[in-house]
Amino acid sequence: MTLTVTDLAITRGGIPVLEGLNFSLQPGQALILRGPNGIGKTTLLRTLAGLQPALSGTIDGAEDQIAYASHSDGLKPTLTVVENLTFWASVFGTDDIQPALDAFALNELSDRHAGNLSAGQKRRLGLARMLVTGRPIWMLDEPTVSLDKSAVQMFADTVRAHLRQGGSALIATHIDLGLDGAVLDVGPNKAKPKSIDDFDGGFL
Amino acid sequence: MIALLLRDLKLAFRAGGGFGLGLAFFLIVTVLVPFSVGPQSSLLSTIAPGVLWLGALLACLLSLDRLLALDWEDGSLDLLATAPLPLEAVVSIKALAHWITTGLPLVLAAPFLGVLLNLPVPGFFWLVISLLVGTPAMSVIGTFGAALTVGLKRGGLLLSLLVLPLYVPTLIFGAEVARRGATGMETQTPLLMLAGITAATIALLPFASAAVLRINLR
Repeated sequence: MTLTVTDLAITRGGIPVLEGLNFSLQPGQALILRGPNGIGKTTLLRTLAGLQPALSGTIDGAEDQIAYASHSDGLKPTLTVVENLTFWASVFGTDDIQPALDAFALNELSDRHAGNLSAGQKRRLGLARMLVTGRPIWMLDEPTVSLDKSAVQMFADTVRAHLRQGGSALIATHIDLGLDGAVLDVGPNKAKPKSIDDFDGGFL
Repeated sequence: MIALLLRDLKLAFRAGGGFGLGLAFFLIVTVLVPFSVGPQSSLLSTIAPGVLWLGALLACLLSLDRLLALDWEDGSLDLLATAPLPLEAVVSIKALAHWITTGLPLVLAAPFLGVLLNLPVPGFFWLVISLLVGTPAMSVIGTFGAALTVGLKRGGLLLSLLVLPLYVPTLIFGAEVARRGATGMETQTPLLMLAGITAATIALLPFASAAVLRINLR
């Protein structure tokens, strides 16, 4: 499933942040989203995931295809690792959580309550959640925060395996993951505030 | 859907889930009434249906601010909104889980607390029936209030202010069923009104809750 974005403009809190975005994401492709803090990377990912409406433009091929991982992982501290994953697996209609446990080395922690995990372990569990959704397009917002070197490697390997299986990924990150994906720099798409002069000019 | 219900029940029954909080509150409020109005059994038996209904209503209110706020804080709501489950189903399941963990225990505890207030014997049956029919409406209306205030700092107080007026019809007819039952009068009319309110809220409010939740998630 190809995700195609045409002339997309997005807003945060009613203020336009990015405009004129055009790109497509083919199966098997990874796209690294870059741009300075506050440029609207998270807003873009949320818009693509359908959590907020776009100001203008079209998004094709996103419906029910996107697994979204935000800064917060949606984990319940009083549920165990397995219970957390099983819940999200059944919400998305998949059953097998074993591959997700294997991919992020969570087997030893499977009976541990999520509240007792370290920040990095929680992050791994949050990323393992992407695998149990069974969705082809991954939208990842700063996935490597609080991960150590080996966990970052684990994550990069999982994304590579996902791409090999025909999935795709859009990843907002500031570090180099070693993935051979294209880079989408949204810096030049920063929305220009409409100045009063423009308005006056148009009026006159 | 069943997975969401089971998860919510599991979360409620585990440590820190708040199960039993509403029940304990109901018990304490009921026990305090004789201290404040005096121990005359005739007076207590007159006001018992109303006091028990008000106590159950306030106990219901107690756990509402956690209903959606917890899922909002840890990001579960965002993830549920992108899941194949429609948000209408999510809020309905949340309301059902709230009723099972709060409303149903109140229904079951009410007859025992009725003894403390010298509720007349015929009133026990009608108290349980009226609460059984009325408490689902309180959970559904409460879920709507929780959806309206999700993401607000100190939304709990605002939630109470928004939800309490909406509870008025349920309270009027619910307490009326219990009062009439306790005094041996005919209860059909208020009971049907109460059932009508509950049916209407269950049918309509999930759509409203899902709509405001979508706006609040933006």
